[in-house]
Amino acid sequence: MTRHVVIVGAGPAGLAAATAAVRAGAQVTLLDAADQAGGQYHRMPLDTYETKRPRILERCDWWPGGAVWALERHDERRPPRVHVISGPDGGTRRRHVLEPDALVLAPGAHDRTLPFPGWELPGVFTAGAAQALAKGEGVAVGDRVLVAGSGPFLLPVAASLLAVGSHVTAVLEANPAATVLRGWTQSPWRLAAQAGKAAELAAYAALLARRRVPYRTGRAVIEARGDGRVEEAVTARLRADWSVVAGSERTTAVDALCVTHGFSPQLELPVAAGCALRDGFVLVDEDQATSSTGVYAAGEVTGIAGAPAARAEGVVAGWVAGGGSPARLRTVRRRRDEGRTFAVRLAAAHPIGRRWSGWLRPDTLVCRCEETDYGTLCRTADVSARAVRLATRAGLGPCQARICGPTLAELLDTNPHDRPIISPIRLGELANPPEEKESTP
Amino acid sequence: MGAGIIGAACARELALAGVSVTLLDRDGAAGATTAHGEGNILLSDKGPGPELRLAQLSRRLWPAMVTDSVPGDRAEWDTKGGIVVAATDEGARALTEFAAGQRAAGVRAEPLDPCALSAAEPHLTRDVTAAVHYPEDAQVQPAGAASVLMHAALRAGATLRTGCEVLGAVTWKERVTAIRTTEGVLEADLFVNAAGPWAGELSRRLGAPVDVRPRRGEILVTTPLPPTVFHKVYDADYVGAVGSDADELQASAVVESTRAGTVLLGSSRRAAGFDGRLRPEVLSVIAGRALRLFPCLSGVPVMRAYGGFRPYVTDHLPIIGADPRLDGLWHATGHEGAGIGLAPGTARLLTDLVTGRAPEVDAGPFRVDRPAVIPRGAE
Ligand SMILES: Cc1cc2nc3c(=O)[nH]c(=O)nc-3n(C[C@H](O)[C@H](O)[C@H](O)COP(=O)(O)OP(=O)(O)OC[C@H]3O[C@@H](n4cnc5c(N)ncnc54)[C@H](O)[C@@H]3O)c2cc1C
Ligand SMILES: Cc1cc2nc3c(=O)[nH]c(=O)nc-3n(C[C@H](O)[C@H](O)[C@H](O)COP(=O)(O)OP(=O)(O)OC[C@H]3O[C@@H](n4cnc5c(N)ncnc54)[C@H](O)[C@@H]3O)c2cc1C
Repeated sequence: MTRHVVIVGAGPAGLAAATAAVRAGAQVTLLDAADQAGGQYHRMPLDTYETKRPRILERCDWWPGGAVWALERHDERRPPRVHVISGPDGGTRRRHVLEPDALVLAPGAHDRTLPFPGWELPGVFTAGAAQALAKGEGVAVGDRVLVAGSGPFLLPVAASLLAVGSHVTAVLEANPAATVLRGWTQSPWRLAAQAGKAAELAAYAALLARRRVPYRTGRAVIEARGDGRVEEAVTARLRADWSVVAGSERTTAVDALCVTHGFSPQLELPVAAGCALRDGFVLVDEDQATSSTGVYAAGEVTGIAGAPAARAEGVVAGWVAGGGSPARLRTVRRRRDEGRTFAVRLAAAHPIGRRWSGWLRPDTLVCRCEETDYGTLCRTADVSARAVRLATRAGLGPCQARICGPTLAELLDTNPHDRPIISPIRLGELANPPEEKESTP
Repeated sequence: MGAGIIGAACARELALAGVSVTLLDRDGAAGATTAHGEGNILLSDKGPGPELRLAQLSRRLWPAMVTDSVPGDRAEWDTKGGIVVAATDEGARALTEFAAGQRAAGVRAEPLDPCALSAAEPHLTRDVTAAVHYPEDAQVQPAGAASVLMHAALRAGATLRTGCEVLGAVTWKERVTAIRTTEGVLEADLFVNAAGPWAGELSRRLGAPVDVRPRRGEILVTTPLPPTVFHKVYDADYVGAVGSDADELQASAVVESTRAGTVLLGSSRRAAGFDGRLRPEVLSVIAGRALRLFPCLSGVPVMRAYGGFRPYVTDHLPIIGADPRLDGLWHATGHEGAGIGLAPGTARLLTDLVTGRAPEVDAGPFRVDRPAVIPRGAE
C-alpha cells in the first residue's frame, strides 16, 4: 500500500514537502487554512496567482481552505489523527478526519509585535500586515510611514511600502549596531554559504539608500500618539538590553506605523502533536523528524531563516515522510544546514532585549482583545500564570493569544501554545460527526 | 499541602482561628484543578444528604468571603441562579420528584411554567417537559475566587510557599512531625492534605494512602456573545452523571455565560487516569448536548477547550478530617466536581474539628475511616 502523507501548511516549506513526498512515491494530502497556496512569502494578487499556481497542486490532493482544528493523539506509535474543517467560512464547512502514515507540520510563523503605549491605535500595523496589503492588494497603509522593530524583515517591508508610493520616514532597528554586527559576523567562514541572502539584503539596503530612507540602529518606537488614530510616533534610543536611554526621546509625525519585533513560530499544531520544543522552536533531527512518532516539522516552526531555508527543510521532511531514503539527500541537507546556521545568526543579531517591558505603562494594553493592561497583569501576578490569565483574561480573547501570547509568555513565564482547539470551529460543526474521507472534499 | 481553592480556603479559616499556617504548593497557587474547571456553586444538583448540607453551609458562607476587602472583583461572584430542564416525560417526573425532596431539605426549588421559562431564558429550546428554578445557585471565577481566599489567608497571617513539592513524611511513633519537601524539611503540629486529584499520590508518599482518583472533565468556550444565556442552565441528566460510577464517557449540558461574554459549555466525565490528551469525540458530544438546550448557538465558534481532573472518591463524598492511622495528618480533598462550591464549608468544618469547636454540619459522613477512602489492606 502506498504511504499516505498529510502536510499541513502550503507555504514554501509545505509545498516543497509535498513535491518531495510525491517524488518519493507517497500519496499526499496538502492542507492550508488559506484559499491559496504559497504561505506568507507568496502573498500576491489573485491574477498573478492564477498564472503562477504551483504545479504540485495538480499532483496531490490539495485542500484549500482546510484548517486543522485538532490533532488527536490516539496511539503514541502512530502519527495523530488530523481533524480538518474545510470550505468557505460563512458557508457550510465540512468536517473530516485523516489518519496518515506520516504527518508533516509546516504552519510557519507570524510576525510578532511587542506592546507599547498606543499600539492599539488605528494606523499601527504589524510589518507583516502592511507587507501583505502592499504585496497582495497593492494598498499603502499610509503616506508617511515609520518602519520599526527588529530583524532584516524590516527591509523588504520598507521596500514594498516604497513600491506602493508611501514615504518611509525611517527604518529603525531596536538592537544597537554592535549586537547586529556581532551576530552576523559570528563564525565568518560560514558566511559565504549565505551569499544569496546577503545579496538580497544588500539590494534592499541599496534601495533604501537610493530613496534616502535612513536606517538607524539602537532606536525604537516606544509610544504611538494620536487622536483616534496614530499621528505621531515617539522614538527613543535603546541600550543593548532594550532599556530606554532617558532624554533620547524624539517625536516624528506619521500617518502609519509598521512595527514588528521578529517572528514567533506557530507552535499550536506541534504542541498538540506532542512534539518536544527547544528554545521556543520545534526540535527536529537530521531528517526533520520531531520527537513524536511519524511527525515531521519543516519551515519557520523550526527556526526563522527565510523562504529558501524553509524550502530546503520541506524537501527533507517530505522526502523522508514519503518513505524516501535519507541517503539521497546530501545536497539538500547541506542547504538545509546552511539555513539553520542562518537562523542562528539571525537570532543572535536581532534578539529581543530583556528590558523591553520598561517602556510599558500601567495602562498599556497587553492583550488587545480583552483589553487587559500591564498594571492589572502585574497586580495579579502573585498566583500561578494560568490563574493570572483567567483573572485578567489576558490571552483569552478571540485571537486566543495569537498576538499577545508570546508577550504574555515572557511577562508571566508560561507556555502560550497549548491550545487544543487550534482553529475555531462552530458548535454545529463540532456536534456533527465527521464525514467519511474521499479524495476531493 | 496544596494551594488550590481547598488549600486556600482552609488556610484562611485556620489562620482566622488563630492557627499559624503555611500554605504550600509544588507549582504556583490556584493553577491546577481550580483553574481548569467551572465555578458553579450549586445546590440544585444535590439531593438530600451530607453533601447537600455541606453545600448549604458553603452557600451561606460564600458572600462574606468574596466581599472580603480585596481590590477589584476577582472572584466575579454572581448570584444568577440555576435552571434545570427535563426534555422527556420520564425526565420531568424524575426532576419534579427530585426538586420536591430538595425543598423538604430546605433548598429553594421553584417550578417554572413555560411562560416563566421563556421569559427567564428566551433563547432556550421550547422542547422542555419541566423546568425548575434554583435561585440560590451562584457562580464565581474559580481561580479568582481562590486567589481572594488566599489573600485573606495571607492577611490573617498565613505564609505562602510555591515551588515546594511534598516528597514524604518524617514520623515518630505513628505521628508525622515534619514533611520532606524539595525545599527542605518543614515541621508542624498538623498537616492538611489538600492536593486535589493528587491527594492519593501525596497520601501514599506520606505513608497513609487515601483513595482519591482523577475523573477527567472537559469544557468548551465560545467566542464572546451578546447576552444569550442568563442563568446556569442544565439538563436534568446532569444530576445523574454527577452521581454515576460509570467509567465511560458521560456528558451533560451545563451552559452558562461568563462576565467576559463567552459561554461555557460543560462538561464531560470520564475515567482516563491523568491522560489529558484531547479527544475530539468528547468535545463533539458536549457540543451536541449543549445545542439540544440552545439550538441557536449552532453557528457560534468555539475558540477554546480545556479540561482538568476532578478529585473523586468512589462514594462521591469529600474526605474531611484526621487520618486515624497517622497522627498529625488531616485530609481535605476528594470534592470531585463541586470543590469550588464546597470550599468554604470544607474549611469551616475542618477548622471546627481542628480547634474543637462544635461543627455546624455532621462530619461523620466525610470521615477518613470509611471503606471508599481507605482501601482494604491499606489500614
Ligand atoms: C510579509 C512577508 C514578507 C517576506 N519576505 C521575505 C523575503 O523577501 N525573503 C525571504 O527569504 N523571506 C521572506 N519572508 C519570510 C518567508 O515568508 C518565510 O520564511 C516563509 O514563508 C516560511 O515558510 P513556511 O512554509 O515555514 O511558512 P508559511 O509561509 O508561513 O506557511 C504556513 C502556512 O500554514 C498554514 N497553516 C497554519 N496553521 C494551519 C492550520 N492549523 N491548518 C491549516 N493550515 C495552516 C498557513 O495558512 C500558511 O499558509 C517574508 C515573510 C513575510 C510575512
Ligand atoms: C471540567 C471541570 C469542571 C468543574 N466544574 C466545577 C464547578 O462548576 N463547580 C465546582 O464547585 N467545582 C467544579 N469542578 C471541580 C473543582 O474544580 C475541584 O473540585 C477543585 O478545584 C478542587 O480543588 P483542590 O484545591 O482540591 O485541587 P487543586 O486545585 O488541584 O489543588 C491541589 C494543589 O495541590 C498541589 N499539589 C499536588 N501534589 C502536591 C505535592 N506533592 N506537593 C505540593 N503540592 C502538591 C497541586 O499543584 C495543586 O495546586 C470542576 C472540575 C473540572 C475538572
